[in-house]
Amino acid sequence: MADVSLQTTPRVRSGRRNLRLWLPLAWITTLGLAALFAPLIAPHDPLYQDLFLERLPPFFMSGTEPGYWLGTDSLGRDVLSRVIYGTRIALCVSLIAATATCLVGSTLGLLAGYFGGWWDRVISRLIEIWMAFPPVLFAVLLVAVMGTGLTSVIVAIALIDWTRFARVIRAETMVQAQMDYVDSAQIGGARRLTTLVSEILPNVLPSIVALLMLEMGIAVIVEAILSFVNLSLSSDVATWGSMIAEGRNAIHFAWWVLLFPLIALFLTVLSFSQLGEGLKQRFDPVLQ
Amino acid sequence: MAAPLICPQTAPAPALFSVRGLRLSFPDTAHKPLFAPAPRIEVLKGLDLDLPRGQITGIVGESGSGKSTLGRVLVRLLRPDAGQVLLNGQDIATLDEAALRPLRRNLQMIFQDPMSSLNPRHKIWRIVAAPLARYANDTSTRNASAARRDQALRALERVGLDPSFGERYPHELSGGQRQRVGIARAIALEPEFILADEIVSGLDVSSQAQVLSLLKSLAQEMNLTIAFISHDLSVIRHLCDNVIVLNRGEILENGPVEQVFAAPQSDITRLLLDAIPLPELDDKWFD
Ligand SMILES: Nc1ncnc2c1ncn2[C@@H]1O[C@H](COP(=O)(O)OP(=O)(O)OP(=O)(O)O)[C@@H](O)[C@H]1O
Ligand SMILES: [Mg+2]
Repeated sequence: MADVSLQTTPRVRSGRRNLRLWLPLAWITTLGLAALFAPLIAPHDPLYQDLFLERLPPFFMSGTEPGYWLGTDSLGRDVLSRVIYGTRIALCVSLIAATATCLVGSTLGLLAGYFGGWWDRVISRLIEIWMAFPPVLFAVLLVAVMGTGLTSVIVAIALIDWTRFARVIRAETMVQAQMDYVDSAQIGGARRLTTLVSEILPNVLPSIVALLMLEMGIAVIVEAILSFVNLSLSSDVATWGSMIAEGRNAIHFAWWVLLFPLIALFLTVLSFSQLGEGLKQRFDPVLQ
Repeated sequence: MAAPLICPQTAPAPALFSVRGLRLSFPDTAHKPLFAPAPRIEVLKGLDLDLPRGQITGIVGESGSGKSTLGRVLVRLLRPDAGQVLLNGQDIATLDEAALRPLRRNLQMIFQDPMSSLNPRHKIWRIVAAPLARYANDTSTRNASAARRDQALRALERVGLDPSFGERYPHELSGGQRQRVGIARAIALEPEFILADEIVSGLDVSSQAQVLSLLKSLAQEMNLTIAFISHDLSVIRHLCDNVIVLNRGEILENGPVEQVFAAPQSDITRLLLDAIPLPELDDKWFD
């Protein structure tokens, strides 16, 4: 009897949950493919300027030129091609920066939450000190010191945001460390590090994954912000942030230059955060 | 009535555990002064007791009397402040974790709340097999892990669970089945000693009876020494050979169950016996 109810109740709710998982996954996969095959997909060179074709509107308006689906910017560069090439930077930064942030923050959170004592005191103090810095100022300072470029953007994101992981994962680890299965592992002869990795980590993992996805979204935004203030990459690389920055100047007569990268940015951030929640529920054997 | 009671002091049965002068205190964080260490609350105030080998010893007492704390010292989840805990003559009171590890396979524990003591993210077979794998010498080969799985499934069978339960997660089991998994994990290593801390208090009456009769029969089969912590004097009376009554960290009574129940030494025990209703338990439960 218990089996029947266990297997039927989740199905009722699974429809909406699956949508929450599959829609973001579809969008991110699309972006991934676009990034990988950008030279094949993009109709034009994202950097090629054609001053005769400047500020062409997108395809659904009048006065368009065939082949320029989303129009062109003030320098006559193809918006669609630039959005497609922009996914490369966006995904690259979000993947590397978020993973690095996650590894650093989660590890410190797990250690502080499980071992307590000096570990916790040192790591918690570090988190507090770190969070006293205003993050944007911190990022700008870092990039100013390290010089602009992809590496400094990634390092800046990891250095700023590891505290988010550390705080959340520390709290969750502390809750899990109180559970009897931790004592039970000790009774069963497990070493402390083994207990942390094979007993506690699987229970904290859904939160780590959810935070990782959120962080990927945040990384996309941070990269865009740094591009926006010209601190990310040199202007000869197409990024969503630099497109938004340039589009802002032309918003009254060529709003599409601003709008399309903004939509791409918005959908990506939204997808990552939804995917995080969806995966968290998907991974939970109790909710499944 | 006139049958002579066997006195534990004169009986030759050697004790598995001998505890002498056991003291333990916790820091009282609620009353911690700002710049000084917290004062300590003494929870165990110099206990002397023996747990005879192959017998079930009940530990009763009101809430907060230190039953769980005593039990956790025996399995060395806690380290006492002072005193000896002799296991087969070896003092384990101050051993560090590395020195304890080889001894732990002999000191198992069944927890009160199986939902909390079974890792929700591990399958049942893995929960039971994990301690087996840690104490095996041949962990490297793939055959060994398959053998471990079989061993775990056999332990499940031994507690009356079909091997198919091995593929389930803890939340897919009933309360009674979960507690059987807890028992299976404890007996899988074939230990000498098992601490059972209120293992039936979360179960309904019929599951309680089944789990208790299972424990009793396993204890006989495997010649287990068990420390059985409970609030329920009627359960203690039917299950245990000996009983220890704790009150505020001190031992009030210590002796064979019939003796303590027939002639309690202290007023508090008498009150305990009076206050707790003793429904007539069906002895068939335990057969
Ligand atoms: N980790 C701890 N830190 C501080 N005090 C503790 C800790 N564990 C237990 N105590 C205190 O020690 C005393 C004895 O606790 P213990 O859990 O041994 O009681 P118990 O007899 O098992 O009670 P119950 O029947 O409610 O389980 C209680 O007053 C409790 O508050
Ligand atoms: Mg207790």
